[in-house]
Amino acid sequence: MNRRVPRDFVSCIAGETLFKYAYVFMNFGGPLMARTGRRLAALVTFLVTVAACGSTTPAPVVATDVGITSTGILIGNTNALSGVAAAYGTISNASNAYYTYINNQGGINGRKITYKILDDVYNPANTVTLTKQLVEQDQVFAIFGGLGTQDQTSVRDYMNAQKVPQIFVYTGATTWGLDYTQHNYTLGWIPSYQAESHIYAKDILANHPNAKIGVLYQNDDYGLDYLKGLTDGLGAAASTMIVDKEIYDVTAASPAAQITKLAQKADTLFLFTTPTFTVKSLVVVTALHWEPNIYLNSVSNPRTTMGAASKAGAALKNVTSIAYLKDPTDPQWANDAGMTLYKTVIALCSTCDANNGFNISGVAAAYTMVDVLKKAGTNLTRRNVMDIAATQLNENNPFTLPGVVVKTSANDHFPISQMQVETWSGTGWTLQGSLIDVRGTIK
Amino acid sequence: MLQRIRNAPTRYGLVVVVIILLLGLPTVISSFQAGEWAQALILAIAIMGLNILVGYSGQLSLGHGAFMALGAYTSAILAHRYKVDYLLTIPIAGLLTGIAGFLFGVPALRLSALYLALATFALAVVTPSLIKRPVGLTNGVQGIILLPPDPPQLAKDAFTIVTGRAMTSDQWTYYVTLAFAFVLFWLAWNLVRHRAGRAMRAIRDGEVAAAASGVNIAGYKTLAFGISALYAGIAGSLYGMSTGFVNPDTFPFSLSIQLLVGAVIGGLASIPGPLIGGIFAYFLPIYSNQWVPTQTWIPSQIASAVEKAGPAVTYGALLIVIMIFAPNGIVGLITGSYARLRRRLRGAVDRESGQAPPESQTA
Repeated sequence: MNRRVPRDFVSCIAGETLFKYAYVFMNFGGPLMARTGRRLAALVTFLVTVAACGSTTPAPVVATDVGITSTGILIGNTNALSGVAAAYGTISNASNAYYTYINNQGGINGRKITYKILDDVYNPANTVTLTKQLVEQDQVFAIFGGLGTQDQTSVRDYMNAQKVPQIFVYTGATTWGLDYTQHNYTLGWIPSYQAESHIYAKDILANHPNAKIGVLYQNDDYGLDYLKGLTDGLGAAASTMIVDKEIYDVTAASPAAQITKLAQKADTLFLFTTPTFTVKSLVVVTALHWEPNIYLNSVSNPRTTMGAASKAGAALKNVTSIAYLKDPTDPQWANDAGMTLYKTVIALCSTCDANNGFNISGVAAAYTMVDVLKKAGTNLTRRNVMDIAATQLNENNPFTLPGVVVKTSANDHFPISQMQVETWSGTGWTLQGSLIDVRGTIK
Repeated sequence: MLQRIRNAPTRYGLVVVVIILLLGLPTVISSFQAGEWAQALILAIAIMGLNILVGYSGQLSLGHGAFMALGAYTSAILAHRYKVDYLLTIPIAGLLTGIAGFLFGVPALRLSALYLALATFALAVVTPSLIKRPVGLTNGVQGIILLPPDPPQLAKDAFTIVTGRAMTSDQWTYYVTLAFAFVLFWLAWNLVRHRAGRAMRAIRDGEVAAAASGVNIAGYKTLAFGISALYAGIAGSLYGMSTGFVNPDTFPFSLSIQLLVGAVIGGLASIPGPLIGGIFAYFLPIYSNQWVPTQTWIPSQIASAVEKAGPAVTYGALLIVIMIFAPNGIVGLITGSYARLRRRLRGAVDRESGQAPPESQTA
């Protein structure tokens, strides 16, 4: 445990103990003192000595480049490797695969990246402890890709107080980009949930202006964020177009009651739901012989989720979603340079499924991180890295859809703001139209 | 005075050693580690509460995480909304949770052991959802962020004199927790040795016999529930102080299981048991999860299974081992071995003497 106890600890104890024992026995060891009392005094003296010697341990030096050595960069991460959200755990392993790939190429200016992944079981209380461990004990340079809105919120104040980058968190809450000025050591990467909703709003206003919208959303920050984006995006039409909103708790068994209610009023269904509830909702829709236009949020649209819904009996008609990354299962990228690189990288991770859409996002975010570290060059301070990431990004990421620019500026801190609408063909997603840019519309 | 010290049993000396060690601990370990130990002590307090209920009065609870949540939210709301000094909110949270536990104990009395377990299980499962509802009060799913506690000047100065370093909020939290743990353990020790404790044990060992002897069964059972909840409430309040953040997901059902596992590992119906249980329940899952993947001799399938399943695997494996080799927990193991060693040293005459083995103390 005492990793920072210096080598002279033992000699200190020996020296000081002798001195103090002599002192104690001269002063208190008189004839009145019973044997037990003297023993007790000796014990106290010893323990005080141990304590005092320990105190010669120097406090960890807080420098602007903690975690950086001449040969390495130490980066930390917390993710749900086990528990209810364990499906996301693979994202960290995919990012690690990209860092391994970069290390095999010689690292960043000769420095190799060590990526320390810890399991917070999707519980904010664990995130607090593990983040403190990474910052104070492991002395990481930054924490990259921390997953979970609640989890990352729980450590945001701490990270900013410690001035340690909490960079490219893996959550789409709008607050990361919106409140950068107040928390300038925290930054997101994936498109904000509100930005995604804005795109759905645009699509529905253009193609189904008379739609009667019913929304099913999860009772937490994430669900509310999506709903706010949709309401803002529809603007004045929101009050007439949204005919019903139903809420569910993650602890609920099934959203069947809510879907039945929505089916009575709406002809368009918005699912702001996590994968398990998405599958259940889609099945209930089919069971009710209801055929609405379905808009499905991107956090539940990997082919694995769609496959599970189809297997459980969902018809999956008229389903719309968005994409900003290349889908590893889409044949049109078979000969794409970015996809070839992705396959090479992901092969370095033995537990990663190359077809899982989560993995390509893990690799893509790590690509941006490496880009930022390269840009920082010799000025590898925490502040400089944050400034580059939050205000000076302008990158063509090989894993995102062609045309998507990962970009930040002095007054825009949402790295990805371009997405493309896609529809479910029955076997896979088909991209529709062209990229939609919602940069600058989130307020 | 000196005479009394000299005649005191050996274990009193042991208590003094443990207290001095715990007092000196933050001066030799880093601030982060002091924070970890604070959390272990918090678990120990909650486990002590559970131990009074399960170990001494023989009622099973799977819902102590819910009482911790109540304590944490009471403190957080008082400190955040009404700007009450956090230290003051800790006893308030304890009392409020104690009353809630007492009231919960009234209907729960009508349930026999198995159904009581189910009722408390329901309480633990439903609590995170209940917390989310009054958004205006609890901030809903967003939770409440608390400012890290600032150590008072006196504590800061004292710490600087001893160690030469500035005291951090984690170290201060540790000392606050230690103070509460000390008082609560002392109270529990007094409780179980006196009238109420004897009555509770009588109920545990034979309800009918206890009633026949004039013990107020309903009264003592409810009292045990209330006291137990009070401990959990104080632990929850300290938990909020130590993590600096409370939200509904901070108190999942698994926390209640963690407490129960800690109580069993340490040893039910013993005073040092919860301390050992708390330390184990806190450090074991963290270090086993980080240690297993670094060991190359462990087959990769097992390592990845442990990684994916998280703390549950370690708890499961350990519980099985404890149940087989130390059914009375670590404390039971130590006292048992000590007694056996002494018998051996005095000459192993009574090995086959037909003496009954010590009574099993599981609930």
